[in-house]
Amino acid sequence: MANTPDYSYPPMDKRKVIGQRYKRLDGPMKSSGRAKYSSDLKPPDMLFGAYLHSPYAHAKVTSIDTSDVEKMPGVKAVYVAAPAGTEVNWQGYEIAGVAATTEEIAREAARMIKIEYEVMPHLVKDDDLALAGTRAKQGGERVVGDPDKAFQDADAVSEGQYGIPVVYHCCLEPHGQIIQWKPGTDPDNKSDQIHVWPSTQNVPDYAGSLSQNLKVPATNIKVRMDYIGGGFGSKFTPDAWAIVGANLSKKAGGRPVKLYLDRAPELMIAGNRPSAYAKIKLGGKKDGTITAWQTESWGSGGFQPVNPPAQPYTYANVPNIREVRTTVSLNGGSQRAWRAPGNQQASYLTCCAIEDFAAKIGMDPIEVFKANAQYAARTGAPDTYRYQLDKAAELAEWKKLWHPRGQSGSGTIKRGMGVAIGSWNGNGHRSQCRTVINPDGSVSVEIGSQDLGTGTRTIITQVAAESLGLQMGQVKLVIGNNDLPPDGGSGGSTTVGGVSTSTRKAAINALMKLYEACAPALGAQPEDLEAVDGHIRVKGSPNKSLTWQAACRKLGATSISEMGAHTGQAIPGLVTGGAAGVQIADLSVDTETGIVKMNRYVAVHDCGMVINPRLAESQVYGAVIMGISTALYEERIMDQQTGKTLNPDMEFYKLAGIGDIGNIIVHMDIREENDKRGVIGLGEPPAVPICAAVGNAVANALGVRVPRIPMTPAHVLDTLEGRTA
Amino acid sequence: MSSRKDPETPAPASGFSRRGFIARVGIGGGALGTGLLENEAAAAPANVAGPGPVPITLNLNGKPVKLTVEPRVTLVDALRNYLDLTGAKRVCDRGTCGACTVIMGGKTVYACTVLAIDAQGKNIETIEGLAAGTALHPVSQAFWDNDAQQCGYCTPGFVMACKGFLDEHPNCTEEDVKHGLGGNLCRCGTYIGVRKAALQAAKTMKGATKNG
Repeated sequence: MANTPDYSYPPMDKRKVIGQRYKRLDGPMKSSGRAKYSSDLKPPDMLFGAYLHSPYAHAKVTSIDTSDVEKMPGVKAVYVAAPAGTEVNWQGYEIAGVAATTEEIAREAARMIKIEYEVMPHLVKDDDLALAGTRAKQGGERVVGDPDKAFQDADAVSEGQYGIPVVYHCCLEPHGQIIQWKPGTDPDNKSDQIHVWPSTQNVPDYAGSLSQNLKVPATNIKVRMDYIGGGFGSKFTPDAWAIVGANLSKKAGGRPVKLYLDRAPELMIAGNRPSAYAKIKLGGKKDGTITAWQTESWGSGGFQPVNPPAQPYTYANVPNIREVRTTVSLNGGSQRAWRAPGNQQASYLTCCAIEDFAAKIGMDPIEVFKANAQYAARTGAPDTYRYQLDKAAELAEWKKLWHPRGQSGSGTIKRGMGVAIGSWNGNGHRSQCRTVINPDGSVSVEIGSQDLGTGTRTIITQVAAESLGLQMGQVKLVIGNNDLPPDGGSGGSTTVGGVSTSTRKAAINALMKLYEACAPALGAQPEDLEAVDGHIRVKGSPNKSLTWQAACRKLGATSISEMGAHTGQAIPGLVTGGAAGVQIADLSVDTETGIVKMNRYVAVHDCGMVINPRLAESQVYGAVIMGISTALYEERIMDQQTGKTLNPDMEFYKLAGIGDIGNIIVHMDIREENDKRGVIGLGEPPAVPICAAVGNAVANALGVRVPRIPMTPAHVLDTLEGRTA
Repeated sequence: MSSRKDPETPAPASGFSRRGFIARVGIGGGALGTGLLENEAAAAPANVAGPGPVPITLNLNGKPVKLTVEPRVTLVDALRNYLDLTGAKRVCDRGTCGACTVIMGGKTVYACTVLAIDAQGKNIETIEGLAAGTALHPVSQAFWDNDAQQCGYCTPGFVMACKGFLDEHPNCTEEDVKHGLGGNLCRCGTYIGVRKAALQAAKTMKGATKNG
């Protein structure tokens, strides 16, 4: 073709497959229990692995002796990851792995490894910066404008303290994999071969990472994953357990080894969301406009330093800012990306401080958020926020139900409402797709992506079917292994933008080849053809057409195989970044028990062109429910006396259940002006504002700020009693 | 993928057993060798199993299935590790999250809190027995129809909990569902879909036979 094909999508009202509420394609497999997750697989001769973890938050391994364990019946391999001399810096640190013929034997053997530690001093709590001592490192001061003068000139100044703790990802399928490291025995090819079935958000890059660690060429590493039981940002790399599992397999003569974390280490070492605490001061005018912002913040992401997120969040263009951020190194498991990394913390600190300012000047916080929408940094965002604030207020019946802070009646049950905002980029990641059209009319779409449960399988198929003028069932999709065209890892809400763009391009490129093959039969030029409703036809002359099958027969014996690539750069109309969201919590607080009960929750979000509204809504429901869980219940609890994690389980690390979340209203902002921007990812933005909206609603109900999330009875009652939470 | 119903089950791992301990020290063992311990030792052969592997029979989805497991093996581990019935998931492993829910003797149970040897003699329904081939049970169909699943790892347990709940509460309301399915946890946040699915399945199942 001489010209670059037109990849743009048909206008909203002309789309036949995109925009439809198809049920997820893998739904029957999942709801029947037939879906095989990596942790469900059992390749022939598989051994079961088990780990020995450090019981101490900070210690040095002084001796380790596995000789007895190696002789135990059923034990096939032992691998020490932390030999004598290793300093461990958090509880749960991986010491050694065992592979045995049954899981029971493997676990018992891991327990019986003889090991001695020299216990060292630890720091495991970060809520009081004064106790952090030399483990706190200040990151320097950031100043914008003239904050001192702005505070002097302000009509009103509000001050507050806020805290949001470490929470666990708590993926239901734990981290781990089945891995097989076979020695190269073929005389012509002595290279080792690795087969791995991981639970990963990143099938395409997994082999490359593993290759660096194991010194086996990436070409000899086969990665396969059909289903993953949750990742939320914590499953991007092969991790220590893949290295240990691989070495166990090699020592066991190449038998596959299954090594997944038990629940306690899963929570302690497989990632968490960093904490953030802050003292924030705001100055502004009586009309609600903020003119000055000051933040002193600190937080911890584990042993490695991680700065708390910058303030103010989203409304970043406040003209006068002073900010000092401090990081605290703790003897706790390392943080990992947690569904919109940094953003829940940032939104919590900023939106709580804005609500406190609104209460100080006696203004409706919706109006204060609107008055400051001008500070939203992204082009076009201020108007989007004003629209979404009004829309959310309407859906939440804000005008009817909201009351000034604390004016919630004389009863013991206090009702309150709170608002918060979020933002996210969500541009598409690099992606490559191959579309094959066969002479028999069958179509396959191959892409090295993975479906985290977000609906990736379904939306790729929708884009391909729309582009080829076919129905969903006519497209066969292959994802989930590293022999396919390389895609990106699923993180940052970048998957939908990446895979939709590469799929669209590959499908159109393949279609151009099909047009060339059947143009002579239709007496037309290839560029005059279109694919509609299972036919290839001449534009403007619907009677001159071939059925899809007849058109494909014109290919003779040769299939079409075309690639489509997305580089990661935004393409107007196809894929871009920058999404907004506004959420409102409506809840009741029992001032006698401290229990917070959700009444109703409203979430308004835009995400550009929506490929499947059903799945988009599910993303928002899911993010909101996860967020309500973190806002009301979730917190890693550490004991400074012993250095132990007190709740590495699902009994005392509480997740919200089906009766804890109230009713939820999801509104997708699918206005045409948003649709025209192209596809934007949605997994993360709705996960951002919940802690802030809930915290603000509790403050509105009680008349006093409960500084620390989660809004547990302890935190609520402490605040009501005037104790330091 | 193949499944091995009888993984290699070597001799007891530790070489130590309570019965062996009593046999060695129980007779003439000084202060220990009197009273209670002697009586226990005498009674032991009738009641004590293990610690080595023992043959057991589970009545699974209407069929007796023989396997050999150590007495400490839980029902969920027996299903997953020894029988390749992997619908039930091991998540919390401590009776909290419900991902391993099966129906035993007509009641929903957490399969991680039942020992496989104790599950003998009871009818055990797992999700694999709900429907034949590619057909979907009305509860599974309702979960699909209402998008009550994302990653799907909690879904089989939720489906079984829902099936067990609806068998006992065919006329449930949404409020009943919020209480009745409170023993299952989902991390992706599919509860809104689950509420709708349970109500849809209740309607469908009322139209079918009682044991649908």
